[in-house]
Amino acid sequence: MSDLLYSEVEEDLRASVRDLLTDRAGFTSVLARTESAEPYDLKLWRTLAGDLGLAGLAVPESLGGQGASYREVAVVLEELGRSVAPVPFLGSAVLATTALLAAGDRELVPRLAGGELIGALAVPLTSAPESGFPDGVSANTEGALSGAVRAVVDAPVADVLIVPAAGPDGAGLYAVEQTAATVSDVVSLDLTRRLADVSFDNASSRLLASGAEAESALRQALRAGAGLLASEQVGLAQRCLDETVAYLKQRYQFGRPVGSFQALKHRLADLYLELVSARATARHAADALATGDDEVPVAVAVAAATCSAVALHAAEESVQLHGGIGMTWEHSAHLYLKRAKSDELALGTPGRHRAALAGLVDLPPA
Amino acid sequence: MSTVTADDLRARVGELLAAHPPASTDRLEFLRARFDAGLAWVHYPEGLGGLGAPRELQNVVDAELAKAGAPDNNPRRIGIGLGMAAPTILRFGTDEQKHRYLRPLWTGEEVWCQLFSEPGAGSDLAALGTRAVRDGDEWVVDGQKVWTSVAHIARFGILVTRTDPDVPKHQGMTYFICDMTDPGVEVRPLRQLTGEAEFNEVFLSGVRIPDDNRLGAVGEGWKVAQTTLMNERVAIGGNAMPREGGLIGMVTRTWRERPELRTPELHDRLLKLWVEAEAARLAGQRLRQQLAVGAPGPEGSAMKLAFAKLQQALTGLEVELSGEDGLRYDDWTLRRPEKVDMLGRGPGYRYLRAKGNSIEGGTSEVLRNIISERVLGLPSEPRVDKDVAWKDLPR
Ligand SMILES: Cc1cc2nc3c(=O)[nH]c(=O)nc-3n(C[C@H](O)[C@H](O)[C@H](O)COP(=O)(O)OP(=O)(O)OC[C@H]3O[C@@H](n4cnc5c(N)ncnc54)[C@H](O)[C@@H]3O)c2cc1C
Repeated sequence: MSDLLYSEVEEDLRASVRDLLTDRAGFTSVLARTESAEPYDLKLWRTLAGDLGLAGLAVPESLGGQGASYREVAVVLEELGRSVAPVPFLGSAVLATTALLAAGDRELVPRLAGGELIGALAVPLTSAPESGFPDGVSANTEGALSGAVRAVVDAPVADVLIVPAAGPDGAGLYAVEQTAATVSDVVSLDLTRRLADVSFDNASSRLLASGAEAESALRQALRAGAGLLASEQVGLAQRCLDETVAYLKQRYQFGRPVGSFQALKHRLADLYLELVSARATARHAADALATGDDEVPVAVAVAAATCSAVALHAAEESVQLHGGIGMTWEHSAHLYLKRAKSDELALGTPGRHRAALAGLVDLPPA
Repeated sequence: MSTVTADDLRARVGELLAAHPPASTDRLEFLRARFDAGLAWVHYPEGLGGLGAPRELQNVVDAELAKAGAPDNNPRRIGIGLGMAAPTILRFGTDEQKHRYLRPLWTGEEVWCQLFSEPGAGSDLAALGTRAVRDGDEWVVDGQKVWTSVAHIARFGILVTRTDPDVPKHQGMTYFICDMTDPGVEVRPLRQLTGEAEFNEVFLSGVRIPDDNRLGAVGEGWKVAQTTLMNERVAIGGNAMPREGGLIGMVTRTWRERPELRTPELHDRLLKLWVEAEAARLAGQRLRQQLAVGAPGPEGSAMKLAFAKLQQALTGLEVELSGEDGLRYDDWTLRRPEKVDMLGRGPGYRYLRAKGNSIEGGTSEVLRNIISERVLGLPSEPRVDKDVAWKDLPR
């Protein structure tokens, strides 16, 4: 039976991450960054990755990591979702690192885990775990890559790109220095998460894995990504609920706190219920990923399908229930809405995860 | 009872086109001539741009003029004037006011904004605190308004103020027409989550409004405002659209053109929304037919609510359907638009802007209260603010 609670160690980890983010990733500074030349806070990233060791939480100590597990990574993601912190955690510490670990790499992993390098997995952020091996990039016999990938998360700040490509003997996973690729920033809907379109024109690379191993490495990375994104969504939803509850207690209309209207109380109670379920599914996915058991595909599909919808609902309710203030740039609600909507598309929409589930639990479509 | 028929209107349109051929007539000149011919809004009285004809016959005029390639009055840009200011002026204005304001309002020469909401008074509009104090033939106004759409291009604003703080809130308000070029009116852009500054904060300090610019009696501002709000909801929710008009058309086009985006789940959702859009279109048509025989009732609130739900569901689906493109945005640069351009921008913009549809012009929650209490006759929530002087209200 999976452990769906938080351990004491996890709660301590949460507290220290939250303290740091409260200090360094407050809403006004995050918002100001979105319009500056440096939308990501790489100094904060170095503290998180280097000083606190969070980039290598789930990496074995023998490879320079903390030897913890995806359960702890999930807790970090909850906090990052709670503050929509502009750091490349998802792209580097989750997607690229998992792909490298699964491909048996021993060179890059320690450097990513220590925060020395930032990595990105060169697939569209919309890729679902079951989406199959992409063929937009191909490799020749010398390992030179050509082709293009759209909407790669964290690519603008990455040092190294992990690229699934069609090699001479089938699927291959390659490492390419970011400078060897053309990386064009994308104006993203989510102001706090950076994307880029990436193209390769005879870029030299290093082969990490091929054939079934490469396919499995990619699938593992996307699965871990989708399963852990659920925790980011839980953190985001919780924050939206907390903020909205606080606001409705303090906002007066018709001579009373708006939160005293039963119509709103019931909606927030419903949201709370959704969040209770969402948290359980996210914990289940994190635990399954940590122990690597057979339950992973189902747990991930359930968490992804649930938490995307709950986070989006929470963010949409937050804008609505803040009224006109919620529609303004100066209020934080919109950053959460934009993250939640983008997260809905990231690593498979709820619909695609439900479709994947249909196969996994033998409920084929009509 | 009006005796104007569709054929009469066609004949009049013919005369207008003959006297002012659209190809060789200046746009504004044409619009003014159209107004003077009573073909602007046919249900308005003669001399005020109409002919006292049934409202539904407007469609006949619009169709004929569109066929002839005549210019229109770009109603989206001036929605507040047409949808809210005009019906209020028509109902509460003096003859002088009607003749002064309605024509340039209709032609779009003068844009109107709505100075209702305040930082502390949104849903509870009657809680507003902007003060108007009488000084001879003038009123001196001080206060702050917020979320005022298009104030930056508006020539006039419909303004509700507090003229008596010592009586319960609904009784102490008075309604004015505010000249936005008057000294003491300051408009500051307020950016919204789409990146644009479509609405504004408006600061009123020592603004002198002549008593001639009052709409309705002193202390009767709430009654006047009710007319504005009722019409606002109809204006927002009661649009005449062809099948697959507006956002549903946008989404169905993407679906038809991009087979690679299709999944069975999205198909199912799209079809449900198609049916919902069609049902809303028919309900709007029915509402307009009701309007043709009477004043807007609380049903207008239902349409506005349905409209907001549909817009949000459709734009949410559209972003999802757009795949990788759904992760992108077209432009975050701060702009000062003159109208809401739902169809001219990307899916991300539409998604974000549609969030305002359930807030602007009365929130969906407040509209639900109105429906449950005024349409269904359910008892209202206990009121703590009814018999208390405005100045003593808890806030
Ligand atoms: C895009 C946009 C354009 C606008 N343009 C204009 C304009 O041109 N002119 C103008 O005057 N105003 C304008 N507004 C303001 C708009 O009318 C107000 O925002 C709206 O009336 C809600 O008021 P509020 O923002 O103060 O929310 P609040 O009244 O503070 O409400 C907060 C939340 O509580 C809910 N709530 C409040 N009372 C109740 C209740 N009794 N029961 C249940 N729920 C309740 C609301 O629905 C909302 O979700 C605009 C707003 C937007 C978003």
